[in-house]
Amino acid sequence: MTIMKKLLTSAVASAMMVGGAQAEISNNTVKIGYLADMSGTYRDLAGPNGLSALEMAVADFGGTVKGAKIEIVTADDRNSPDVASSTVRRWLENDNVDMVAGLVASSVTIAATKVIEENNKLGLVNGSAASSITNEHCTPNHIHYTYDTYPLSVGTPTAIVKEGGKSWYILTADYAFGHSLESDVTRMVESNGGEIVDSIRHPFPTPDFSSFILQAQASGADVVALANAGADTTNAITTASEFGLTQSGQTLAALLLFLTDVHALGAETAQGIQLTTGWYWDKDKEARAWSDRFMKETGVRPTMVHAGIYSSTIQYLNAIEATGSDDSQTVRKQMMDTPINDMFTKNGRIREDGRMVHDMYLAQVKTPEESNSEWDLYKILRTIPADEAFRPLSDSKCKLVSSN
Amino acid sequence: MSQIDIQSSIQKTILKQQKAEDRRKLVLNGILLMLLLLAPFVIYPVFLMKILCFALFAAAFNLLFGFTGLLSFGHAAFLATGGYTTGYLLSNYSGLTTEMGIIAGTLMATVLGLGFALLSIRRQGIYFAMVTLALAQLVFFFFVQSSFTGGEDGLHGVPRGELFGLINLEDNLNMYYFVLAVFLACYLLIQRIVSSPYGHVLKAIKQNEPRAVSLGYKVDRYKVLAFVISAALAGLAGSMKSVVFQLASLNDAHWHMSGEVILMTLVGGMGTLLGPVLGATLVVNIEYQLGQGPLRDWVDPILGAIFVITVLAFRSGIVGEVQKFVRKNIG
Repeated sequence: MTIMKKLLTSAVASAMMVGGAQAEISNNTVKIGYLADMSGTYRDLAGPNGLSALEMAVADFGGTVKGAKIEIVTADDRNSPDVASSTVRRWLENDNVDMVAGLVASSVTIAATKVIEENNKLGLVNGSAASSITNEHCTPNHIHYTYDTYPLSVGTPTAIVKEGGKSWYILTADYAFGHSLESDVTRMVESNGGEIVDSIRHPFPTPDFSSFILQAQASGADVVALANAGADTTNAITTASEFGLTQSGQTLAALLLFLTDVHALGAETAQGIQLTTGWYWDKDKEARAWSDRFMKETGVRPTMVHAGIYSSTIQYLNAIEATGSDDSQTVRKQMMDTPINDMFTKNGRIREDGRMVHDMYLAQVKTPEESNSEWDLYKILRTIPADEAFRPLSDSKCKLVSSN
Repeated sequence: MSQIDIQSSIQKTILKQQKAEDRRKLVLNGILLMLLLLAPFVIYPVFLMKILCFALFAAAFNLLFGFTGLLSFGHAAFLATGGYTTGYLLSNYSGLTTEMGIIAGTLMATVLGLGFALLSIRRQGIYFAMVTLALAQLVFFFFVQSSFTGGEDGLHGVPRGELFGLINLEDNLNMYYFVLAVFLACYLLIQRIVSSPYGHVLKAIKQNEPRAVSLGYKVDRYKVLAFVISAALAGLAGSMKSVVFQLASLNDAHWHMSGEVILMTLVGGMGTLLGPVLGATLVVNIEYQLGQGPLRDWVDPILGAIFVITVLAFRSGIVGEVQKFVRKNIG
């Protein structure tokens, strides 16, 4: 009953807003709030450089869209859902922010998107991994752009099994994120004809992986998969490299690894690791040209998240330009109707659940001999077509998918 | 002048001084209350509620640390238990009114507090801190693993609902005055506890435990009760926080949170009533204001520096130092 009432009121409210706000830009400014981890674990993959990517997109529009000024406000979410929720609430309720960009830690994103939905504004999620953001936590007010765990756990295993890596050993971080990756990977490996030899769970976080890596080596499996993230992944990779895991013929597959992580590890340590990424700076001419610009601004090569922030902001501003409105539903509809063709992807499209589906890439970290420069780290092994990469709508639990 | 005359005149001056101090306190409290009542019209209410929740958390911690001398390094467990319990109940049982959810969360934290206290109270100093930390880590891993907490994604979309089934808490102002009322009630409760005979025994235990034992007090029982009250109030703070933000997350259970509450209490002034409240206000403000500005990369180092400076130079915290100053110069 209460849910019905809530739905009805929000439907009426959004209908009124759509009706009232059509073809105009509120306060004659488009205000973008950039919320990300600026000081903690996820600083490198989005952080201050993500803000630079956002500023580049705004600068490309000359700081105005349809005569309205574009303003940016920023905040550090400190990876805390409380901070995120109160900051976003204040932005939307008091400071007339129209769109929230960045959004890295999954808990932060889910908290923020609930507030964004309440206020009927728009969120462009780029940093987060959780595929639940467009599944059980989907809202009509956000778009998940760069990647999620579904392609990560689907792309890498499928490709490796097809290339002959039949027996798998999974090293799982012992919490919900790790468990869901593990079950996805198990399903994909088995459905492609591979087998899971064994799996082991490590506490989160773990600084010393020696005993786990030794067990993985002793298992004799073709592939050792790391179903963990962040510092756990880099620690495990460092240990695996010390024990010569890849040199002894086993394949190391990291499920969630960013360019900045690989750069920090170095090609020597990380060589041979296979991973799935949404974008790579050296993947084509357009990407290279943009990442040269980015490097001039920041001094580093962009991660897929940086590229996603830039690309999604451009799409957002394009949609405002096309419709002349900054109303969230008008803009979202326009964005859904427009295929995405830019430095980030070709023929990307935004589905009704808010998932932007695009080609993903299976990459392998180069050996020091293959690598020509500090940032020349990946070779692209295979393109995973958009249709295969993301969770099909038929499996979706999202309330916005019409079949549900 | 006879001796009796001197004595009575001394008593009179003491009484007069006390009255003056009481009056000062009354005026100060009156002004503070007015400010709190008017604040949501000037400052963003959700932000104020966050401060109030943390202030209550710090005040609860201070009851144990500042007045009883027990340094618990596991108070995050109670904050999180309150928050998760309330959040889970309110989102899954729509028949529950908000205050029922909050009471349930508080009770859960109280029970957990009793468990912690019974296991840890025989140890003192660093050992006590370590035992509470270890127990809190157990609770943290329980929340990480449990499916009802949503793991590291957190528990989201907790409905604020209606207070007593009547007052709509979705409205920020209603919610603010509710949180303020709960906070003030708890603050008065703590004040009452501290000035009661029981509170004096706690202070005696803090100053010299063997002496309190030799006077015949069953020290352990007093300490257990203080621990349980403190845990209950911390749980209440967590419960309200989950209703205010409509979420409960692992951050509340993390040992960082246990550390943060120590920081709040020390900066504000441990063993004073207003200290933790002021400390919480300051820390939350620093985190928020700096998080927005150009110094946002430096929030943690700045908080760390403040902590070091406080410990080195202002042992008794801001309120403690002000009290000392007032006593010395104004009397």
